[in-house]
Amino acid sequence: MSSIDYPQLRRLLDDGAQLVEVLPAGEYTEMHLPGAVNIPLKALDAAATTALDRDRPVIVYCWDGL
Amino acid sequence: MSPRAACRLSMLGFTQVYDYVPGKVDWLARNQPVEGTDADTTTIGRHLRHEVTTARPEEPISQVRARVARSAHRFALVTTADGTLLGRLRAAALDDTDPTRAVSQVMEAGPSTLRPHEPAAAIKDRLVDKGLTYAIVADPDGRLLGTVHLADL
Repeated sequence: MSSIDYPQLRRLLDDGAQLVEVLPAGEYTEMHLPGAVNIPLKALDAAATTALDRDRPVIVYCWDGL
Repeated sequence: MSPRAACRLSMLGFTQVYDYVPGKVDWLARNQPVEGTDADTTTIGRHLRHEVTTARPEEPISQVRARVARSAHRFALVTTADGTLLGRLRAAALDDTDPTRAVSQVMEAGPSTLRPHEPAAAIKDRLVDKGLTYAIVADPDGRLLGTVHLADL
């Protein structure tokens, strides 16, 4: 697992990375990064990740990393 | 929250996991597009003016004075070549200073800035309360994005 900043994020997205917002569903519904899927941290298990492509990078984010 | 999520994904067998630690607030502060029910909330990033006059720190005041005289505003913002905001030259500094002096010797260093994702209505109220007509907007890396003016909000 690696921590990334904005320029690295852009490069990974250009290379086809998947975005996962781990905030609660309500916050995701209000506003999220384009193309992101929502898997709240409390629901993050094997079943919730079946739709993710394991061969592509996965980028997780929340509001400010805390 | 996201570091824990990244660890969880690694434990679930994902091998290419990255944590965008600065998060959604950093994305918003860079004036990037978003999706969702609140995506159309009016922010100051939607009202940015980009035609502000800029200057380099090593330039003589005389050159900047001439550019400002041709512009719509009575100030210049001082930036590095990559756009990092260093200072501001107000009209008084331009008008009343030895024109051979360098910008860096005269500028007001470190002017206050706003981020583009801040709500337009709240910033309008703040500008009115403080008697200001404009504010400078920069991204989280300190790069100048433009100015936002009370008349536009």
